[in-house]
Amino acid sequence: MTIEFLVASAIGVLTAAGIYLILRFRTFPVILGTSFLSYAVNIYLFSTGRLIVGAPPVLQGYGDYTYTDPLPQALVLTAIVIGFGMTAVVLMIALAAYLSGGHDKIDMQDDASEDRA
Amino acid sequence: MSLFLIAALPFIGALLPGLMIQAGRNTCSTWTGIISLSALIGLLVHAPAVLRGEVITASVDWMPALGLNASFYLDGLGLLFGTLILGIGCLIILYARFYLSSKDPMGNFYTYLLLFQGAMVGIVLSDNILLLLVFWELTSLSSFLLIGYWKHLPEGRQGARMALTVTGMGGLALIGGMLMLGNIAGTYELTELLEKRDLIQADPLYVPALLLILLGAFTKSAQFPFHFWLPRAMAAPTPVSAYLHSATMVKAGLFLMARLYPVMSGTAEWFWIVTLAGLITMVLGALIGIFQNDLKGLLAYSTVSHLGLITMLLGFSTEAAVIGAVFHIINHATFKASLFMTAGIVDHEAHTRDITRLGGLRHLMPITFIISAVASLSMAGIPPFNGFLSKEMMLEAAAHTYLGDNHWLVPALATLGALFSVAYSFRLLIHTWFGPVRDDYPHKPHDPPFGMWLSPAFLAILVVMIGLFSQAVVGGLVDATAASVMGNGAHPHAHLKLWHGVTPALYMSGIAVLGGLVLLALYRPASGIWHAVPRPDAKVIFDAIVGAVSSAAAWITETLHDGKLTRYAAIFFVFTVVVSWHAFSGGQGVSLPREPMQADIIPIIGWFALIVGTGVTVFYHRHRLLALVVLGIIGVIISLSFNYLSAPDLALTQLSVEVVTIVLLLLALNFLPEFTPRESSTARKARDLIIAGGVGVAVAALAYTVMLTDFAMPSIAEYHLANSHDLGGGDNVVNVILVDFRGFDTFGEITVLGIAALIIYGVTEGLLGSKVRQSLLERVPNHPVAGDEHPLMMVVATRLLLPIAIMVGVYIFLRGHNDPGGGFVAGLVVAIALLMQYMASGYDWADKRQRYPYHATIASGVIIAAITGIGAFFNNMPFLTSDYGYFQFPPLQKFELATAMGFDLGVFLAVVGAVMLTLESLSRLAYRRGDVPDEYPMDINPSRQPKSEDH
Repeated sequence: MTIEFLVASAIGVLTAAGIYLILRFRTFPVILGTSFLSYAVNIYLFSTGRLIVGAPPVLQGYGDYTYTDPLPQALVLTAIVIGFGMTAVVLMIALAAYLSGGHDKIDMQDDASEDRA
Repeated sequence: MSLFLIAALPFIGALLPGLMIQAGRNTCSTWTGIISLSALIGLLVHAPAVLRGEVITASVDWMPALGLNASFYLDGLGLLFGTLILGIGCLIILYARFYLSSKDPMGNFYTYLLLFQGAMVGIVLSDNILLLLVFWELTSLSSFLLIGYWKHLPEGRQGARMALTVTGMGGLALIGGMLMLGNIAGTYELTELLEKRDLIQADPLYVPALLLILLGAFTKSAQFPFHFWLPRAMAAPTPVSAYLHSATMVKAGLFLMARLYPVMSGTAEWFWIVTLAGLITMVLGALIGIFQNDLKGLLAYSTVSHLGLITMLLGFSTEAAVIGAVFHIINHATFKASLFMTAGIVDHEAHTRDITRLGGLRHLMPITFIISAVASLSMAGIPPFNGFLSKEMMLEAAAHTYLGDNHWLVPALATLGALFSVAYSFRLLIHTWFGPVRDDYPHKPHDPPFGMWLSPAFLAILVVMIGLFSQAVVGGLVDATAASVMGNGAHPHAHLKLWHGVTPALYMSGIAVLGGLVLLALYRPASGIWHAVPRPDAKVIFDAIVGAVSSAAAWITETLHDGKLTRYAAIFFVFTVVVSWHAFSGGQGVSLPREPMQADIIPIIGWFALIVGTGVTVFYHRHRLLALVVLGIIGVIISLSFNYLSAPDLALTQLSVEVVTIVLLLLALNFLPEFTPRESSTARKARDLIIAGGVGVAVAALAYTVMLTDFAMPSIAEYHLANSHDLGGGDNVVNVILVDFRGFDTFGEITVLGIAALIIYGVTEGLLGSKVRQSLLERVPNHPVAGDEHPLMMVVATRLLLPIAIMVGVYIFLRGHNDPGGGFVAGLVVAIALLMQYMASGYDWADKRQRYPYHATIASGVIIAAITGIGAFFNNMPFLTSDYGYFQFPPLQKFELATAMGFDLGVFLAVVGAVMLTLESLSRLAYRRGDVPDEYPMDINPSRQPKSEDH
């Protein structure tokens, strides 16, 4: 078992779980699914900096130290925070839809006739 | 005046009429006129140089990577068109002042007109063809506004739509053609492109490019079979018809053909397509024009016919024909604009444009009659007016043109076109102005005020002057224009004069005048025949095509977008995997050069927990609370993984975001059903599992490959690592990237986060303002409320924790620049600490003690970040360049202060505000009827004095 395999397979499993949940019929599982997908995407982006253990990008003074790639980390850091904002907005929209529409189904219903009535 | 300014003036000026209309209609039109006139003067200042053969240029690199530059140039052709556009524009502005009634919104009109004028000037001055295309589309859009100016008239709206559809479609074709042309030539600058005739004509893409460009030009210039939109556009106010549909916009197509003439003309394809389209349009337009009863309809078809004439001349591709075309552009603009304006005057005075209801007006409106007569005779090609000269040149050129081996067809059809032209011109003249004065006009006509006939009169004088002294008045301009149309260093010389001796053209002209008069004498029987013969109605065909296209579009849309969002998502995922597979299988195979790291037992345990947790969440996802709890565990594992893999900042952020996300989801779950019903069939589940599994495997493979492959090029991380300390003044490179190197991104991020919070606040407000509020108040919770809403222990603990948590937040914030931490994490930590107060002590109690509205916190965060960024300007550095220094105040140790800290403070405040506003909004939905505001933080408090009535 290599670390790379563990991380890659974890990304795959998180993605699959996210997609499976996104394909459900109700809003709440879909929101859970987007959270899973966010995890997967964040780890994937992070992993593009290549994995390394025990070399955080915090400078240690003069000397020959190894540091991991800080750029993906910075990107993912903001992505995590923005991911929270996105989850919150989607959740709020789902909630508002449920409260005003009376159901939390994802697919639009064939209720044009009801609307007219 | 700089070409930039000439092109920009109408656009800048377009703001003025809307403002000036407040000061009255005269002020409004005066200012509009001043704008146009200044631009015209600015243009004419260059005239002497251009007439000497110089080319004026002005250029700024805009997007050089795309080949898109703001470059302008002025040669003879540009000067001719610029003068027409701005000169006639001034006359039209004057005319429109008197034409528009007091009910018409004049500010709008002049704004649209100036926008259009700017777009036209842009077309004729553009050096870059991409820039030209932008202006080209702007003319279509602004003319749409102008044609549909009378919004209350259905024919105005329909005409505007039709014009936009046809010219817009042509515009799309033109974009394609121009891009091909630029691609062939390797440059998008006209001045360079026009030198590459041989290269372009030898390219296999020449014919497709030609066809697309001609499609654009023909639709714009109403050439057969796209001629039908122009007469329908006559629903526009007459100043618009006179300006757009005779003098300027419809000539944009001609301009384009003339502009590209040096590289596109001279081939068999050019000759056949352009000549035939022009010839057919000329004859057909003139024929239909004879039988129009609407004055403007007649003039519209006449315009179509004359545009055809010019197109045909450009198709001939000889020097004499080009000179004729250029000369006729001038002549047509003068007499046709004048005729449109007099038609507008007749309509304005007599309240009708129907020729059958007019007649005898020469006694009532003598001034208008003289103007109209001069222009009509010029249109008919009667000497000594200018129309005669260019028509002679056309006939002369036609007499020498062979269509294949046929030597008589072109001259015969040209004569026929001229004959029809004489017929409708004289019909206009005689049926409107001659004959007895009638007593059944809808309104008793008389000559309009001076301002209204001044513009057409000026043009009529030009008609006469150009006719009589052609060489002196426009000879130089025609030479310069023809030279730039011909290109390739040609020096054509026009010998403009009235009398050319007895030539074939004179015979043809004579036949045309006599034949036209005979036809007019036989107007009644001819009209009977014309109306008896069935003809295809362009509007019916157009509507049928548009109807078919839109119902096909509706069918496709409704079939694909049936409202089943899960289906869209499934299609998207499958498609993505298929495309990725295609790309992957077409690759060169993968080698994995990097050495993988062996995992010891701890990561394997973490991985195992993650996989199990994910499986449990998916399997039990219908039990929403359980799924949420496990989701939180997964988040914690991911946070630990980040820490393990050298990303302490990410670990901190992930952990704190996880907390607020779970709290948020829990709050929402309060209002949502507790369980998700079983709805998926087994087949559906299997299908979804296959899709999800497929994508998962693909993503895993991709991630694995990426991790074990070396960077394709050196990472810019080296720069960040090397300069973080010296330039950014910080040792935590991630934080320095966030607040310094990529500070602008972060600035965007916190703004977006703030906007997200405001959206949530807005949705909450909307919900609470709607009838949903009632059902929220009456809501029955899923479970009975716990007896002790605010447990004593929790209240005390959170109260104790608050200062400690804030201290931790400050610590994390301060160390952020050099150690893991920073504004994001600190903001989240403090937000969680505040959140705990709400949870423990109740919303009302906590809210009462909260002095700063969260909106303001977000705003102050963004503003502080911006001010810090702007501060760099005082340091003579670009936005967000940070500065730092080391300070020592005894007894403290030496410490560092960086301006980036101010930026990080902004991040901190924005994050606190956004998180708190989001959660606060959700909490506000929780009120139920009968809830008593929490006055006390704890339900039971031994220290509280029992109230007297409790005894």
